[in-house]
Amino acid sequence: MSLKRRHMLGLHGVSAEEITTVLDTAESLKEISARPIKKVPTLRGKTIVHFFYEASTRTRTSFEIAAKRLSADTVSLSASTSSITKGETLIDTAKNLLAMSPDLIVMRHSQSGAPHLLARHIPCSIINAGDGAHEHPSQGLLDLMTIRRAKGRLDGLKVSIIGDISHSRVARSDIIGLNTMGSQVTVYGPRTLMPPAVESLGVSVAGSMEEAVNEADVIIMLRVQQERLTDVLFPTLREYAQRFGLGSKHLKAAKPDVVIMHPGPINRGVELSPEVADGPQSLILDQVANGVAVRMALLYLLLGPEAS
Amino acid sequence: MSQPRPILLKGGRLLCPASGIDETGDLLLDQGRIAAMGGELDAPADAEIIDCAGKWVAPGLIDMHVHLREPGHEYKEDIASGTAAAAAGGFTAVCSMPNTDPVNDSAAVTEMILERARAVGSCRVYPVGAITPGLKGQGLSQMAELKDAGCVAVSDDGHPVSDSRLLRRAMEYASGFGLPVICHSEELSLSAGGAMHEGPVATALGLPGIPAEAEVAAVERDLTLAGLTGARVHIAHISCAGSVAALARAREAGWAVSGETAPHYLALCDQDVGEYDTHRKMNPPLRSQADRQAVRQGLAAGIIQAVATDHAPHSVLEKELEFGFAAFGVTGMETALGVMLELVEEHLLTPLEMIERLSAAPARLLGLPGGSLTAGGPADVVVMDPKAAWTVDPAKMRSKSANTAFAGRKLPGRAMLTVCGGKVTFRLED
Repeated sequence: MSLKRRHMLGLHGVSAEEITTVLDTAESLKEISARPIKKVPTLRGKTIVHFFYEASTRTRTSFEIAAKRLSADTVSLSASTSSITKGETLIDTAKNLLAMSPDLIVMRHSQSGAPHLLARHIPCSIINAGDGAHEHPSQGLLDLMTIRRAKGRLDGLKVSIIGDISHSRVARSDIIGLNTMGSQVTVYGPRTLMPPAVESLGVSVAGSMEEAVNEADVIIMLRVQQERLTDVLFPTLREYAQRFGLGSKHLKAAKPDVVIMHPGPINRGVELSPEVADGPQSLILDQVANGVAVRMALLYLLLGPEAS
Repeated sequence: MSQPRPILLKGGRLLCPASGIDETGDLLLDQGRIAAMGGELDAPADAEIIDCAGKWVAPGLIDMHVHLREPGHEYKEDIASGTAAAAAGGFTAVCSMPNTDPVNDSAAVTEMILERARAVGSCRVYPVGAITPGLKGQGLSQMAELKDAGCVAVSDDGHPVSDSRLLRRAMEYASGFGLPVICHSEELSLSAGGAMHEGPVATALGLPGIPAEAEVAAVERDLTLAGLTGARVHIAHISCAGSVAALARAREAGWAVSGETAPHYLALCDQDVGEYDTHRKMNPPLRSQADRQAVRQGLAAGIIQAVATDHAPHSVLEKELEFGFAAFGVTGMETALGVMLELVEEHLLTPLEMIERLSAAPARLLGLPGGSLTAGGPADVVVMDPKAAWTVDPAKMRSKSANTAFAGRKLPGRAMLTVCGGKVTFRLED
């Protein structure tokens, strides 16, 4: 099994076959994390740089654990975007990194398209770990893996994504991946957090929380960022929680086998009530576990013996 | 300075928008003027005779909207390189926008620009003065002094005057001295933070959008104030359907208003941003396909009178960056004629109409000489080969900057020879 690409910059343009390859590989690598000695030598001698221009705890940790379980050497580099003002450009920084001969760069950046810029200028593989409001493909893939494990398939499902679609790279990658695999996506949230021409992403827009919840096989809740409040995109967290938060009352009318997901970190009591977050339908911790497996699969497929 | 030799341009297709002439013939340039236009002219003994068979002979192009970057940003462009780029594009005159450092808000800066242009320039330079000192949006520049020093208009290009009352005063005051006001129409509270046109492409790329309405709302305000004040108001770089409609209504109302668009809005749309191509990032941004069609139709119908390039050179320091961090603006003078020839090939404009939008219209709107081949006028002429297809290579530009939106594009034709004031300023080498 292999991928027909050197980079993983986004799920846009990634075929259903490739997605299936990643998920199948992730399934086969998942048991490594359950062994007493959680390590295989597959990527021994490979160097992976985690290049994070934006704060991240869980995605970076997940990538680092994935790399270490495959025996790759990892280096972490955090830079604040303010280093731009200090004079070093992204390309300069990347060329400096490249001089140390890494095999793969995992990159997080506040600006959409930053990994694409890097890919045009340096010759090593790049995994986009989130760029601005554009894509977060490893999160999209781990969501697909979580859904496939829960539902046994990825086609013909109804998935609702609720919250800040406008600024969410998770939403974009989820939507693209789910559409590619043959599921239908509905979005819901305050109008101020819907991107312009949202339907062009390949989704339908629900008119109410009930409409978004009632027919869904999967509900993905998105995190509310505090800065959206200062941007006056909605009036108060109180009203947000009342109108756009998911609580037990919504689940009474939902399909009995509906599952709830969230990319984390959760604002308890805002987009998710604690009962739902910790309830039997919540797959939030499965997402975290699957995240390591999916990232191991990406590293293996881009760097391993069968990489093209 | 000794007068250059007379030049006889023989047997070209003479295209004179001022007189409507479109016929084969000769053009004689002597003593810095057009000496004669006609069927077959005799060459003076010392004349250089240039065979123009199959070529088009037209008034030198006039670009009413360029950024020469001098003083202050000479690493991007200076008056020598910018006017050389102009000459290579067939231009014999450019209007330089005031957002230099220092800003052109005083006679001293205007005079410095004119002096440099006389010393090192390859075309005529007409400075545009700032509406407000330092382009800060407060107070009024000393417009009478600016006009006396040589400014042909005032503009807030790049820094729109948000205060409507101040803009009203500026229009009233400028009109007292016959100075047109060139408006960069942008409602900043709607465009703030945006990186490209708001729509499906921006949504897919995850980039913050600039709605067309940020332009339209400001165009409507600026035109409304033109109606209120009776001032000569010109809308710069029109990019969308709503602005075309607003300009059409204002012109029907009889107000003294006009507008320009730029070649990139005629040739490209938001989809051409592709994978975060910062050479397709400018302000206003490339709009939707429907907007592009409306701008093309508006130009063909004469609602938009002029084409100007908004030539905005930036170095790699401003462009080889994350899309959101990259500067707005693209170069344009060396590709404008080629892009406009596409519109002729597509039968959107006749050759004479194309020349008119690029020469006679800007001359008329700003009261500049040129735009005509009739005898007695300045010997500002471009000879173009409409069939000399070429591929745009950023490395071969005369501009100091390579941020063209048309890299790799095959254009149907180009300028072969540019003459300004009787002097050859550009000759295409084979």
